[in-house]
Amino acid sequence: MTTLITPEIRKWIGHSEAVGRIEVTRRDIVKYAVATEQRLDKYKRGDEAPPMFLFGAVRAIAPLDELGPDGLPKQTLLPDLPLKRVMAGGTKTKYHRPVKPGDVLVGTYTLTDIYEKQGSSGPLIFVVYKLEIETESGEPIVEETQTRIVR
Amino acid sequence: MTATKDIKVGDRLPEREFTPTNVSLFFYNAAIWNAHRIHYDEKYTTGVEGHPGVVIDGPLQGDWLCQAVVEWMGEDGELVEFEYSNRKACYLGDTLTSGGVVKAIDSERGEVTLEIFVADAEGNVTSPGGAVVRFKN
Repeated sequence: MTTLITPEIRKWIGHSEAVGRIEVTRRDIVKYAVATEQRLDKYKRGDEAPPMFLFGAVRAIAPLDELGPDGLPKQTLLPDLPLKRVMAGGTKTKYHRPVKPGDVLVGTYTLTDIYEKQGSSGPLIFVVYKLEIETESGEPIVEETQTRIVR
Repeated sequence: MTATKDIKVGDRLPEREFTPTNVSLFFYNAAIWNAHRIHYDEKYTTGVEGHPGVVIDGPLQGDWLCQAVVEWMGEDGELVEFEYSNRKACYLGDTLTSGGVVKAIDSERGEVTLEIFVADAEGNVTSPGGAVVRFKN
């Protein structure tokens, strides 16, 4: 099998980007709770963030003129691949403790692996990331492995 | 729900239906700061990206999976691990159902392993997932 993953692409393994600094507010938690139809009072009042709140909280905020025609910012931590269509694969998260209003979060997003597989309709490239979030004072919050599938 | 002794393998998590609207999807994408046009611009979504309709966000289904777990575990449980993936696109107008089942119990560690799902009206699982919950006693 000829490999789609060149040495140039492989060099991206180990690259990382800083995430944050994210100041979590009660108002942001309440907005997220309303939008996702949470039913537990602690989330509706914003006393604690629902676990998936972090998915949105760590997203990059790019200026409008840096968004593509699809409305998305350019992926910076992604090599130029011979396949172009990127889909979300799976996400696996370890939670150390819930996020509360007032938390100040920082983190690192690291490209940890790139590999290919033969799918039923052609080759697939898997790009694996590790996201580690902690408080500014170093208390661990989550460790997450995300996989993106490129076809 | 207070201890693992009250939980049995095969126990079902309560099911819940979700029917997102234009307004709820707008709020969700605003809350996560996502401007991908497939979640609000129908003409672009069908014309350029080739979907039959406005797309329900995959991570929103992930959140519903999470809600199935946190509502079931109550205040004595702690979410330790959560995983999910999106297998099939869902569209505005769809009604989706979340639920799950207890797969394993480790009473020594106080940990319960769950298999969770979001499924469409035909019963196809659109987003499968799993979780580990730890109970205090």
